[in-house]
Amino acid sequence: MTGASVIVGVDVGGTFTDLFLLDSADGIFRTAKVPSHRGDEAQGFLNGLQALGGVSGIGSIVHGTTVGTNTLLERRGPKIGVITTRGFRDVLEMRRRDRRRTWGLWGDFVPIADRDLRIEVSERTLADGTIRTAVDPAEIRAAAALLKDKGAQALAVIFINAYANADNERRAAAEVRAVWWNEHVTASHEVLSEIREFERSSTAALNAYLQPVVGSYLGKLEAALAQQDFAGQFHIVQSNGGIMSTAIARKLPVRTALSGPAAGVVAAAALAKAAGYDNVITCDLGGTSFDVSVIAGGKTSVATQTTIDFGLVIRTPMIEISTIGAGGGSIASVDRGGLLQVGPESAGSVPGPACYGRNQRPTLTDAQVVLGRINAGKPLGGSLKSLDVEAAQRAIDTHVGRPLGLDVTAAAAAIVRVADARMAGAIRLVSIERGHDPAKFIAMPFGGGGALHVGALIRQIGLRCALVPRFPGITSALGCVLADLRHDAVQTVNLMLDGFDAPSLERRILAIGEEASAVIASAAILVDRIDVLYEFDMHYVGQTHTVAVPLPVVRQGDTLGLTGDLVRKAFEASYSASFSRLLPGHAMRIVTLRVAAIGRRPKFDFSVFAPPAGVPLDKAGLGSRPAWFDGGRRDTAVWSRLDLPVGARIEGPAILEQPDATTVIEPGLAGRVDPFGNLIVEPAS
Amino acid sequence: MKTLDPVTLAVLNGRLVQIADEMDATLFRSAFNPIIAEAHDACHGLYHAQTGATLVQGTSGLPIFVGAMAFAVKAVIDKVGRDGGLAPGDTYLFNDPYDGGTHLNDFRLVRPLMRDSRVFAWLASVGHWLDVGGNVPGNFNAKATESFQEGFRVPPVKIVRDGVLQQDIVDILSANSRVPLSNWGDLNGQLNALDLGERRLHMLLDEYGDETIAAALAALSARAETLMRANIVPLPDGTYSYDDFLDNDGVTDKPLRIALDLTIAGDRMKLDFSRSAPPCDGPLNIARSTTVACCYVALKHIFTDVPANAGCLAPIEFVIPDTSLLGVSAPRPVGGYTETILRVIDVIFGAFAKAAPERAQGSPFATINALSLAGWREHGRKWVMFCFFGGGLGGNPEGDGLNHSNNPISTATIPPVEILESLYPVMFAQWALRPDSGGPGRHRGGLGAIYEIEALAEGGAEVFLLGERGKYPPFGVNGGGPAALNRFVYETDAGEATPPLVSKITDVKIRRGQKVRLETPGGGGFGDPAARDPQRVARDARLGYVSREAARRDYKVVLRDDGSVDAPATATARSGGPA
Repeated sequence: MTGASVIVGVDVGGTFTDLFLLDSADGIFRTAKVPSHRGDEAQGFLNGLQALGGVSGIGSIVHGTTVGTNTLLERRGPKIGVITTRGFRDVLEMRRRDRRRTWGLWGDFVPIADRDLRIEVSERTLADGTIRTAVDPAEIRAAAALLKDKGAQALAVIFINAYANADNERRAAAEVRAVWWNEHVTASHEVLSEIREFERSSTAALNAYLQPVVGSYLGKLEAALAQQDFAGQFHIVQSNGGIMSTAIARKLPVRTALSGPAAGVVAAAALAKAAGYDNVITCDLGGTSFDVSVIAGGKTSVATQTTIDFGLVIRTPMIEISTIGAGGGSIASVDRGGLLQVGPESAGSVPGPACYGRNQRPTLTDAQVVLGRINAGKPLGGSLKSLDVEAAQRAIDTHVGRPLGLDVTAAAAAIVRVADARMAGAIRLVSIERGHDPAKFIAMPFGGGGALHVGALIRQIGLRCALVPRFPGITSALGCVLADLRHDAVQTVNLMLDGFDAPSLERRILAIGEEASAVIASAAILVDRIDVLYEFDMHYVGQTHTVAVPLPVVRQGDTLGLTGDLVRKAFEASYSASFSRLLPGHAMRIVTLRVAAIGRRPKFDFSVFAPPAGVPLDKAGLGSRPAWFDGGRRDTAVWSRLDLPVGARIEGPAILEQPDATTVIEPGLAGRVDPFGNLIVEPAS
Repeated sequence: MKTLDPVTLAVLNGRLVQIADEMDATLFRSAFNPIIAEAHDACHGLYHAQTGATLVQGTSGLPIFVGAMAFAVKAVIDKVGRDGGLAPGDTYLFNDPYDGGTHLNDFRLVRPLMRDSRVFAWLASVGHWLDVGGNVPGNFNAKATESFQEGFRVPPVKIVRDGVLQQDIVDILSANSRVPLSNWGDLNGQLNALDLGERRLHMLLDEYGDETIAAALAALSARAETLMRANIVPLPDGTYSYDDFLDNDGVTDKPLRIALDLTIAGDRMKLDFSRSAPPCDGPLNIARSTTVACCYVALKHIFTDVPANAGCLAPIEFVIPDTSLLGVSAPRPVGGYTETILRVIDVIFGAFAKAAPERAQGSPFATINALSLAGWREHGRKWVMFCFFGGGLGGNPEGDGLNHSNNPISTATIPPVEILESLYPVMFAQWALRPDSGGPGRHRGGLGAIYEIEALAEGGAEVFLLGERGKYPPFGVNGGGPAALNRFVYETDAGEATPPLVSKITDVKIRRGQKVRLETPGGGGFGDPAARDPQRVARDARLGYVSREAARRDYKVVLRDDGSVDAPATATARSGGPA
């Protein structure tokens, strides 16, 4: 192995830390899987690198992390302080005046910064950007000193209307930084320069909250890497699926919230593209949730905002991942109206499904075990030797079979069917409901459980086929290695389209594009080229919501060729795609501009995943076992997935086993192994 | 009728709700006025072909509409029965509050879903339009004595005939609003939602067959009824009464009684409102359909697992005399309906607290505080800023009430200050929690808020408010105390003033640079405040939720100068010793 050509992706998940090492010079790769340490994620990370033989010779490490998300969900961040406009210290706590649930009025909310650590100062900017009251430096310094006394470890400066003019906020942040003893200071406009004070406040406060945690986590990793004389680059995956330097991750840790899952989607897009598919729905079935994301025309979908938990909102561009509470650990029950429910309550990995022996309530995994689809003798990746089939049967009989008057097998089949329907519903929401034709999309399951359900997803939604990657369990780690560099910039502009000054706006977005490109260039990681994408959020005047309008422009010399007519046409195309009626003659407004600079990484040759040639098919046979499919139990062939040669074709019913996943090929479907080692599951005829 | 296996039923349940959800989302994203787009004051669903009964409702629609829409669809069915001539591609529009509930701002669009030239079901959309004429911008006219002063009334008319939008009707609508463009945008948003719902439902029917879907809808309704009965059975039989009051009707300064006698008998429930006040002169009347709708909202908050369809009302009998303010007909003014329905919900919570104290909750702040500021822009165009404001929820068995929530009738989020300031010539001087506004209790009520707004326009602003709870505070339960009263203050050249009817004004004018301030109630407390953990009280004081004085007075907790609990003094105070 030699230096710069070796790159390692590290995905620290809730249960396992996965690593993927690629030497692009020799075209070889290796993987490793070690247990994660919840609360001390650095340990799993370093153990994983040891398992790959240590850091020497590694040119760069790219990391997908859930430290940020876990810190928020478990509220294990530090005390933080907020300095804000007089009259507005409660914005974080008042939220958007929502409540937890539509029905039922119980449940309260604890804000991320305590009320006595939120201090108001005299300053005010108006909506048009006019400064009505300037900041008083002495007052700012006094507020910072008081917050330090009260034990704040990080600080956010959040002023009303800072999106329209950030001068006051910028001055106040400079005063704070002059006296604050650490680097953990966030000014709201630095994180998000967009209108809507709660969303900006929440994003800024969460950023401040994460700064010490992510900072010390990265510090620990960097120190350990330095101790082992690691001389390469170390980067972090952002929620938008691009990677960034650790310096930016320290400044903007809120951008790492969906780091790991986003990497998985990046890998899925690249894998599918190499295999010849541009339209993909990724399906990650974990223990408690089912996450889906859409890749259309080779592009990942981007969301502008996510809610981590009630009242904890992050608004920053990120790969859109929709989650429903249906995973392998989801509990099946019959409600008082006699309806079978699967999830959202989950047995998680502890106590886990009934077949783990620590829980009496049936889960989706139990149903798969009872139906013979999961091999009870070979549990995935866990520490268990075998699964308790009888316990699974008992749980299903007691909680589902008897209440519905079904025998155990029928009850287990019903659980799988309801779960399939929920997963199909989640996919339908992101595909059909958004105007995508499912017949043009393929499903790409990853994680441990997704490949059990591909048949149902193909049939129920009418997807073209499913692509099961050769190593579904390490998709996120692979994504770390493949991800492009990316930097997003967002600004509220509020310009009427009618008579807007196109040359001046063009200069502005070109300047933002240059700044974003400079961030990419400074990351010192090899890229083929830097692309800059320009997009507006627009609406008809009077609407408060916007549609995303990608601009069909490319920089040529010093110009983009931006004109009012071009923008209007682009807006009308985007608006028509979302809604059935245009409003001709109605004034249009450009609300926000979004610029993304993307450093394209060198192409990855997926043929490294191809199984060794010349191995006969029958070497992969593992015999057969009875498994249930529509209509009854059938003797079903079992294959060793990784031993199947390129071009192998397996007719359903069949079960394909590998250490980190099980694939079920239902009757009427067939699987074939493509030249990259992917398994393509499609209708048999 | 075909019977379905439970698994197919579970699958179809999800698919149907998803259609209604997607209709909600379509309108939210394409609507023009912030009351729909930001506050989600809208609702969509599928309704029974013959009866109009609610079959499926979206999960994000406004709760109060969930109950009211069935009456609206029935009004259209009756209209079709009288006039005939229903064709695919027709859509009815109306806002008649006496024939479908709520108030004149809520425009309903009802469209048949036709299969083989027969109505399979109805699709409907309702959304709150910003302004529909009348005496007061935004239409919360606290002094209205006839509905004609509240806005213009539209009976069911075909806004879309054979797929063609009727421009004549659009022109009439436009001529009768202060903000025609906003209404035009919202109308299009609602049509977008119906178009989408129609497409999706046809797809589902094509996939499963009409008979299967009809069977699923019937089974889901039966299931809701079963669940509701299962919820009623554990409650002890008997009659539980609760009375509360509205401050006044906006015209006459006299309290209005809202009284409920709730009878539980086996798996049935009777809600008898006979002892309530007679119809009033001002706009706090409601039609019977509105009363039934808000009872439904209250019950859904108590029995959260019952799905949103008509089946859940089957085991419930309503007694709502038309001689009471809860069962009025035209032209009694109804523009303040939000206040009345909130009080109806309160008395249901109050009576229920007696039947099941272990599941009781303190009253939510329960006033909408419809505040409008209006004036003229430089080029002679009218501006109207209209917003509902938040308050606290009640203490409950699980814990303290939520600070700054929306009302139980709504899931509306509040428009951001920055959006309001960018759209209208106003500046908020304060947007804050209101200390000591939550009712004391073992579990404290959540806090209300203080909103202070300065007029920035040359001509100042006209101010209109329709609110409540200025004289009768949100109540506590199980020994918990009441929350703070609603309070409204405005600046005049002679200093601060408060309105004689407390929370209801029209025609107040403030000059540029002058302010109005609204202080909203919190929620009522749950349980004896003297049983609250003193450390929690000390924390409340440290965070400024509760003043030191209130800690002493209401909670009998004595705090030292450093904010810590003085345990001996607290013990003495709590044992009834000298305070």
